Amino acid sequence: MKLNRKWLHEEFVDLSHVSDKEYVEVLTVAGQKVETYERLDAEIKNVVVGKILSIERHTNSDHMWVCQVDVGKEEPVQIVTGAQNVKQGDLVPAALHNSRLPGGIHITKGKLRGEVSNGMLCSIKELNLTLNDVPYAIEDGIWILEEDCKPGDDINLVIGNDDTVVDFEITNNRPDCYSIIGLARESAAAFNLPMKHHEPVVKGGAEGNLLDLIDVEVPAEELCRRYSARMVRNVKIAPSPKWLRQRLRANGVRPINNIVDITNYVMLEYGQPMHAFDYRYISSKKIVVREAVEGETLVTLDGNERKLTPGMLVIADGEKPIGLAGVMGGENSEIVDDTVDVVFESANFDGTSIRQTALALGMRTESSGKFEKNIDPMLTVPAVNRACELVELLGAGEVMDGMIDILNYIPQPRTLELEPDRINALLGTNISKEDMLDYLNRLEIPVEGNTILVPSFRPDLQIMADIAEEVGRLYGYNVIPTTTFRAETAEGGYTGNMVQENLTGSLCRSLGYSEILSYSFVSPGIFDQIRLPSDSPLRKTLCIQNPLGEDTSVMRTIALPSMLSVLARNYNYHNISVKLYELAKVYLPVEGEILPREPKHLVLGTYGANEDFFSLKGEIETIFEGLNIPAARYTAVKDNPSYHPGRCASISVNGIQVGVCGQIHPLVAKNYDMDTEIYAAELDFSVLVTLMQPKKTYIPLPKYQAATRDIAVVCDEAVTVAQLEDCIRSTGGKLLREVKLFDIYRGKGIEEGKKSVAFSLSLRADDRTLTDVDVESVVSPILSKLETELNAKLR
Amino acid sequence: MRQQLEQIKATALAEIAAAADAAALEAVRVRVLGKKGELTAVLKQMGKLSAEERPVMGQIANSVRAELEATLEARKADLNAAALEKQLQEEAIDVTIPGKKVEMGHQHPMNKVLQEVKEIFIGMGYQIVDGPEVEEAAYNFTRLNIEEGHPSRDRSDTFYFNDDDSVLLRTQTSSVQIRVMENMKPPIRVLAPGRVFRKDEADATHSPMFHQIEGLVVDEGITMADLKGALETLIKRLYSEDAVCRFRPHHFPFTEPSCEVDMQCFKCGGKGEIDGQVCSTCHGEGWIELLGAGMVHPEVLEGCGIDSKKYSGFAFGIGLERMAMGRLRFNDLRLIFENDVRFLSQF
Repeated sequence: MKLNRKWLHEEFVDLSHVSDKEYVEVLTVAGQKVETYERLDAEIKNVVVGKILSIERHTNSDHMWVCQVDVGKEEPVQIVTGAQNVKQGDLVPAALHNSRLPGGIHITKGKLRGEVSNGMLCSIKELNLTLNDVPYAIEDGIWILEEDCKPGDDINLVIGNDDTVVDFEITNNRPDCYSIIGLARESAAAFNLPMKHHEPVVKGGAEGNLLDLIDVEVPAEELCRRYSARMVRNVKIAPSPKWLRQRLRANGVRPINNIVDITNYVMLEYGQPMHAFDYRYISSKKIVVREAVEGETLVTLDGNERKLTPGMLVIADGEKPIGLAGVMGGENSEIVDDTVDVVFESANFDGTSIRQTALALGMRTESSGKFEKNIDPMLTVPAVNRACELVELLGAGEVMDGMIDILNYIPQPRTLELEPDRINALLGTNISKEDMLDYLNRLEIPVEGNTILVPSFRPDLQIMADIAEEVGRLYGYNVIPTTTFRAETAEGGYTGNMVQENLTGSLCRSLGYSEILSYSFVSPGIFDQIRLPSDSPLRKTLCIQNPLGEDTSVMRTIALPSMLSVLARNYNYHNISVKLYELAKVYLPVEGEILPREPKHLVLGTYGANEDFFSLKGEIETIFEGLNIPAARYTAVKDNPSYHPGRCASISVNGIQVGVCGQIHPLVAKNYDMDTEIYAAELDFSVLVTLMQPKKTYIPLPKYQAATRDIAVVCDEAVTVAQLEDCIRSTGGKLLREVKLFDIYRGKGIEEGKKSVAFSLSLRADDRTLTDVDVESVVSPILSKLETELNAKLR
Repeated sequence: MRQQLEQIKATALAEIAAAADAAALEAVRVRVLGKKGELTAVLKQMGKLSAEERPVMGQIANSVRAELEATLEARKADLNAAALEKQLQEEAIDVTIPGKKVEMGHQHPMNKVLQEVKEIFIGMGYQIVDGPEVEEAAYNFTRLNIEEGHPSRDRSDTFYFNDDDSVLLRTQTSSVQIRVMENMKPPIRVLAPGRVFRKDEADATHSPMFHQIEGLVVDEGITMADLKGALETLIKRLYSEDAVCRFRPHHFPFTEPSCEVDMQCFKCGGKGEIDGQVCSTCHGEGWIELLGAGMVHPEVLEGCGIDSKKYSGFAFGIGLERMAMGRLRFNDLRLIFENDVRFLSQF
């Protein structure tokens, strides 16, 4: 909501002694936040009124003129112009040497075909004005001033640029502040100055009886709380006077003609949108406020044909819609140059309905923006009276006596008790009742005894806490003391799995993995990208009904694709070697439940020169060790379509499945435009957490030396290291403490289709040093078991 | 004989002094002091001496041996030290050659800043809690006083999963307030960070997914002054003890009174301009908006079964992205979700 300070000073509360910066600061801290503010004269500098003393043809040009211009100084200045509409005696805007014009244009003196020109004569366009602002000017020519001014006057004063426009961010609980009067009230309260009020006075008396001329019906009484209307006859459409045009222009409203300008002026001043209909085009002389019916259309003032649907509120005459209620009028009843009789509408419509209509038609207007905040229904009458008063003031027509006022909703006057103790208890302050009364008085909220009579323009004041805010903001939020609450000491900390998440994150980072954050919603196409079969249960997702786009339309049930996208992006950026992790939520629909399950998955993803299956596996093992999870089992998985069929393992702990790891299938990598080996793992973190063991306790350090024995066995290729290890461990007994693979050899000396696998066995007793006999008693059963069970023979 | 001994001593001392290395020194020792050495040979002649001369000569001979041995040891130590010194010099390296770096992973900057915030509040006795991201409209809107028809419930603003708009992606972490108050009795002191979703196209300042940090305190006698205390502590710990903040009135449906908190611009010091140019960080305002807060609306308390006559509380919501961007000084939101390692590894 814009406010030009001059209007405020001239009509409501004179704060001209307050600097822009101070005004903005005080209002912001008192509760009306200023978004921006700008001086209207900031762009125009050193442009003055000049009087053409003489004008002669340029000797070297057939279209230029050399003017001697009185610019209020002792000597006239010479300015060359190419415009053809200037004559001796004219007052014109003269941009002098070293002047500034809108758009950052800098004017300096120079020579035009040999003639010195000490500046430039300006058109309205060069001063950022339009014919709407200066109706008597011409578009392609110099602005011949018809204003009350003299040579040397700053052109900014002539235009009315000696003003600051302040743009407020109005919160939607304060519909009253979408008006100059509302902001004036806030300004007066913030500066503790009285505010001038004005009751519109209408003389009326135009010929005829209003009720004979027009009838209003409101069948849509739910959506139209109030409909007030007055009529003006014998209208003389003309430009508005300068003061009115300047106020509109400062607030970003284009002046059009006196009648339309009056409706806009009242909308700005009171916050009550108004509309003017040309009486001639209201068929049956009847206004009907109703919902549109299927198939109806309306060409709105902007020239667009709008398809109306039931639920949209329209202003209709006896036959057809003539306006889109609260949004925009219809072209068919527009005020035109030969309009004679005018109906002023000042109504109160349901905010939600207006907002939805504006949204559906994609035409949010100044008017709909105000209505959607649910403005005060008590405004319609003063607003329509003010419009009529202005008609009389401007001599724009004759106002008829009487008014149509249909009231479907009578706001109940609300009262609240003033409770100083509770207010102070909530704010943590010690404000006296007298001060509270003063603050409320400044805000024009009457109090009788202890009873607050909430004005109709403050629908937001409903409970004690609302009054506390009013008191608090005028007392000053920044004056309220700063305390630490005196509650009993509580123990802060993490809940749920957060400690384990933090630990997991630091383990991943210690292994060189960096954390990523990816979107929770993904494209349904990801399932094809990772080659998931069409009947995969993971394809059962929560779907957003109104997504931004296909790419973000389903909630992920698997986090791998998000990781692959990020890896692909980094690959595309030529980041050579990348290791990433994410603790990513997935969203799994649960039959019979309203909300899905949202477990977190730990996803690792990496590519680069030093990456292979075993480095990834080793990292997972380290993470498990760090999380105190028992050793996991890795089982070859050949049928996970996202992974390399020969380089993928499922991971389980104590028989519980926790996830999968391996090399991404080259076809999947290709789907992500990556031509390199990618390794990834996805582990269900919610399961991992349940596998973490209690905190470790001390195991005494060994007193006796361990004996080591290396064995190498030759076995079939098909036999896995895990099978060999399991066999060794299960046979080794208590003395066998560690089994470590240290070599796998194929080639010379080993039969085709076989491999030699070497383990280092570590044996130790807690009560003695082992002898060769002890060691032998462990190792030889192992060797024979390896041979009988796995056909693995000592090499 | 005495002459002989003197001669041996003089010669040996000269040779020891001249020995260039340990081997040369050993040769001297063997030739003079060895079993078949010169000194032994001389001593073998002792028998020929008179009884008076014998002890005298013996003494001289012993002192010569002792002196030679000591000199040998000293010389050996010197030579060893010199040899070590030489070796060390030869082993010298160019210490400016880069180290063998172990690549470490980086925490995402958003979580880095979040971690700081969490720890500040844990220190003040807050529990960190979590809530669902796919949420019921009741928790995200209705029970926070955001009634049906409110613009924020529009399908142009909020993502929905079903036709009756009852299940959605939460648009604010304030939904966790309701879940906490439903499940906990006062005193309540929680911090609920998390993802939130709004229907905005991604650009430098918007993202359809971003993060908020919700705080909620409910107890007897909680005041707005307490709210100010908590937030000032946060801002001073997170930014600096000198950070200046201001509280200004605002409106949220679920708090009353409500406020927004700004921090004085760190770049221009609140002046709004630097060398006559509008400050690019605060856009000339002199202040940077940090968060929204307020006293929990009595209807919200009552809706969760908490007696608003007995208890009061405050709540606040911080936009993590804005906070992180301010603290880490970057200005494009897209960097956060792009996850370019060149960005991630800076923090």
